[in-house]
Amino acid sequence: MKSDTIAAIATAVSDSGIGIIRMSGGDAVEIADRVYRSKQNRKRLSSVRSHTIHYGYIYDGDLLVDEVMVAVMRAPNTYTKEDVVEIDCHGGILVMNQILEVVLRNGCRLAEPGEFTKRAFLNGRIDLSKAEAVMDIIHSKNEFALRSSVKQLSGAVSDKVRSLRGDILHEIAFIESALDDPEHISLDGYTERLREKTEKIQSELGRLIASSDNGKMLRDGIDTVIVGKPNAGKSSLLNLLVGEERAIVTSVAGTTRDVLEESIKLHGVGLNIIDTAGIRSTDDAVEKIGVEKARKYAKDADLIVYVVDASCALDENDEEIMELIADKKVIVLLNKTDLEQVVSEDEIVRKLTDVSSNADSNELAHLSVIKTSTKENTGIDVFERTVRQLFFGGDIAVNDEIYITNQRHKQALAEASESMELVLRSLDDQMPEDFYSIDLMSAYAALGRIIGEEVGEDLVNEIFSKFCMGK
Amino acid sequence: MAGIREKVDVCVVGAGHAGCEAALACARMGLETVIFTVSVDSVALMPCNPNIGGSSKGHLVRELDALGGEMGKNIDKTFIQSKMLNVSKGPAVHSLRAQADKAEYSREMRKVLENQEHLTIKQAEVVGLLAEDQAKAEGLYQKRITGVQTFTGAVYEAKAVILCTGTYLKARCLCGEAITHTGPNGLQAANYLTDSLESLGVEMQRFKTGTPARMDRRSIDFGKMEEQLGDERVVPFSFSTDPEEVQIDQVSCWLTYTNERTHDIIRANLDRSPIYAGIIEGTGPRYCPSIEDKVVKFADKERHQVFIEPEGLHTNEMYVGGMSSSLPEDVQLAMYRTVPGLENCKIVKNAYAIEYDCIRSDQLYPTLEFRKIQGLFSAGQFNGSSGYEEAAAQGLIAGMNAGLFIRGKEQIVLDRSQAYIGVLIDDLVTKENPEPYRMMTSRAEYRLLLRQDNADLRLRKIGYEAGLVTKEQYEYVCEKERLIASEIERLQNVRVGANREMKEFLESRGSSGLKTAATLAELISRPELSYELVAEIDQDRPKLSDDVIEQININIKYDGYIKRQLKQVEQFKKIEKKKIPADIDYEDIRNLRLEARQKLQKFKPVSVGQASRISGVSPADISVLLVYLEHFAAVIDSSGSHCDSITGG
Repeated sequence: MKSDTIAAIATAVSDSGIGIIRMSGGDAVEIADRVYRSKQNRKRLSSVRSHTIHYGYIYDGDLLVDEVMVAVMRAPNTYTKEDVVEIDCHGGILVMNQILEVVLRNGCRLAEPGEFTKRAFLNGRIDLSKAEAVMDIIHSKNEFALRSSVKQLSGAVSDKVRSLRGDILHEIAFIESALDDPEHISLDGYTERLREKTEKIQSELGRLIASSDNGKMLRDGIDTVIVGKPNAGKSSLLNLLVGEERAIVTSVAGTTRDVLEESIKLHGVGLNIIDTAGIRSTDDAVEKIGVEKARKYAKDADLIVYVVDASCALDENDEEIMELIADKKVIVLLNKTDLEQVVSEDEIVRKLTDVSSNADSNELAHLSVIKTSTKENTGIDVFERTVRQLFFGGDIAVNDEIYITNQRHKQALAEASESMELVLRSLDDQMPEDFYSIDLMSAYAALGRIIGEEVGEDLVNEIFSKFCMGK
Repeated sequence: MAGIREKVDVCVVGAGHAGCEAALACARMGLETVIFTVSVDSVALMPCNPNIGGSSKGHLVRELDALGGEMGKNIDKTFIQSKMLNVSKGPAVHSLRAQADKAEYSREMRKVLENQEHLTIKQAEVVGLLAEDQAKAEGLYQKRITGVQTFTGAVYEAKAVILCTGTYLKARCLCGEAITHTGPNGLQAANYLTDSLESLGVEMQRFKTGTPARMDRRSIDFGKMEEQLGDERVVPFSFSTDPEEVQIDQVSCWLTYTNERTHDIIRANLDRSPIYAGIIEGTGPRYCPSIEDKVVKFADKERHQVFIEPEGLHTNEMYVGGMSSSLPEDVQLAMYRTVPGLENCKIVKNAYAIEYDCIRSDQLYPTLEFRKIQGLFSAGQFNGSSGYEEAAAQGLIAGMNAGLFIRGKEQIVLDRSQAYIGVLIDDLVTKENPEPYRMMTSRAEYRLLLRQDNADLRLRKIGYEAGLVTKEQYEYVCEKERLIASEIERLQNVRVGANREMKEFLESRGSSGLKTAATLAELISRPELSYELVAEIDQDRPKLSDDVIEQININIKYDGYIKRQLKQVEQFKKIEKKKIPADIDYEDIRNLRLEARQKLQKFKPVSVGQASRISGVSPADISVLLVYLEHFAAVIDSSGSHCDSITGG
């Protein structure tokens, strides 16, 4: 059986250098041909020799997307042992994303996390002794994708998806309970109501798809949380990065009582920066809430910026913070270096290593300590470079996942919309009611993938809780 | 102890709907079979509703019949009213339901059992299972069944045992404050077998169900109710029943409603209901709520339907469908008497709730054999399902597989794309079932393919290969299949022109004219037309029987939908075919998420497909599992040993 053709961005997303979109599967070359044009537009990739590279352009219909090199590698001597096509393009996020979208529209399916490796393994390309490693990759990539998929979704969007799902489920449950118990529940006059509902859901799906096109669907960036004791300089850092007096900065400890959130672009990549109230034991009720929030945010963050007041000896509050962030990706800013320094870099590294549950100190390779002075604006450039490096160097792989996630969501929305279209068509064709619920169910399942929910026993539960049936 | 000692092939414990099918299947496969029952007079008893079939349950009976089961034939002989439900809906949800003459149904089934070669009926309570430790590790089996022991001390040695104890294990009936330790209908409960099962390591749980009152027909005023008639043309359940034989005089059922007064009485006495008073421990089915449940849960509903159905031709007992209850006798009477037509009703049998022991069905293979005890099979309510049809369907599969097991042949597992029976059993062994399981059409994801009209086309072959379907019956289906295919092909190739005569013909049938030439199949696919309706413009058609024509119509009209489902089935089969060795240790696969590892360890799925349906196992876990299996297979191959997968089919 011919396997379907998958595609994904194969390099880390960054603003510079080369980006690669990889396709693998029986139709890879054919799909590439649909979007590729050579200079004279005479060359067909399906007739070129294997393992050759071709200069040309990627077109989205008649629209030029990018100037590219396309490598055609035919099975079996490829990474996956399937036909593989790689499109080398200019590495911009936008361009890579556009090309990916074009090949998806032309017959590819978005690869699951780790799927290239999985195929390589299942097709015998990877040594069996590496099974463990392959499973590792699939597992960790999926865990990550799952986490980011749900987390990246903005609250408004996930609420909307949830409510649409609820509406759809209700209709399915009504139809199904009538089919299961026709003597208790009647479908007379139901089709008109269903048409209304379906059209309404369809138009809301349309709006969601449109908003995913302009990228508003996801929170654009990674979650960075700034933690530190009160008055260590967190808000000043935030203000420096954001470039305006956003947080109230005074030298009174405990000024930032709540959590402030800002989105900034750092070298083309979004960061969501959350400045938390200083973490310390407090009796002040309002501040207490802020501290709790800080803890919660720190737990969920992708990256932690830990601001330490270098002019002030480490105390039990610092220990508490260190415990909180022990197993996270951390950048430590040794701030207030304009004053006399009483905390050393070594001391920080040693203490963080002590509290880390992961004895493998490799984890701590991600730990950078940078000297800064937010007052004199020194060291901030080093900080920015470090973030960038973590980001583009692949240590924080969040960036490409964001775009992949967006694609995945878009695909699911499109599927749901397609299914609702089929419901409308069945209504037009005056098909019997049982046909509607089949496509409604597909729409329901597709939307579930966006918010990470399985179908499971939902329907049966809905039927029994909403409709009275039975002997 | 000097007791009787006998040697047989199979012991079936319980002679309800599951037990009867299981025993008949084994005996028909030529195995010496004994079926035990606490009362020979209660063979194939229908202790609750007086009907067979209904939405999705009718499918089960059809499938059972196609496989060589008895239920369809038996109801065809003993029904007193029949209806095809959902006829205004698509063919996939058409479902047959027949009112049974309960006493006749039981008597006829007993006759079949009594006259079946290789089958003996024995009135005795089985109190213990005999098993020995497995000498050599084979899959997961720790023990092997060797027979059963009865209350009187008799021992029946057997190669396989099939448990179909229904609601009898430690049964307890509740009618308000009055509690009796009996099985359904006042029959003797079976109080010992649970202990024996637990000592073999079987995990038990407690379920509950209920039944409404039976009333004296003479005390009911039918003038205040709506009459419910049967179909004018009755369709038989069994593929081997001659349709002419079932065109009988039918009896009526009656429809009436509860009202606010009914609900007031119930609400005022809720504290006396054993369920609301917390006396009942067992979990009851949500789809079969008692009237007190309905009134509490759907408080805004002003009335509930009540169906009055005869229990048979030779009894005055009438079943009060829709009003099962465990309220005390005096409340029951008051409540029933508020219903129009029941003002002066006399209750013959009170409504009651029944609690009973059953197993957690995740201990079974999809063959219905216990994973840990070789040769021990089970079916029916004992497995945590509900309904006569669900029980019978499992009974047949358990019986077939016990037979195949003894013969040393590959056992049968129907998958979800083959039959409702496959969906039923897969759900039982793959999902957590917190309440008695009932079949529903919405549980079948490929229901456009699993229609009641094509059960013979889907399953006859399997029944034939197991030895339960005759050669003649099988050949009939093969020929039917051929006729359908060749006629559809012909219709797809005969073109009719877009001329005036055609336009007139089509318009006379309420259809619109053609712009260009079309095939006959294209015309038939129009909602307003059918194979029969285009006969006039198709002079060369062969003479075909009604059942063949039915298939042609459905296949042409729903072609697009059917093709879509076939495509989904293709995807489904891909991982369904990947088997998992029985002795896999999920603790070894540390890349599985913890929850997935625990769930897989618990359910021990036989295929990757089954694994993927376990809640808490994600697609990523399935990927990891696939990689592991690939690796595992290579290791096994290279070490030269061989690992049997437990199932086929």
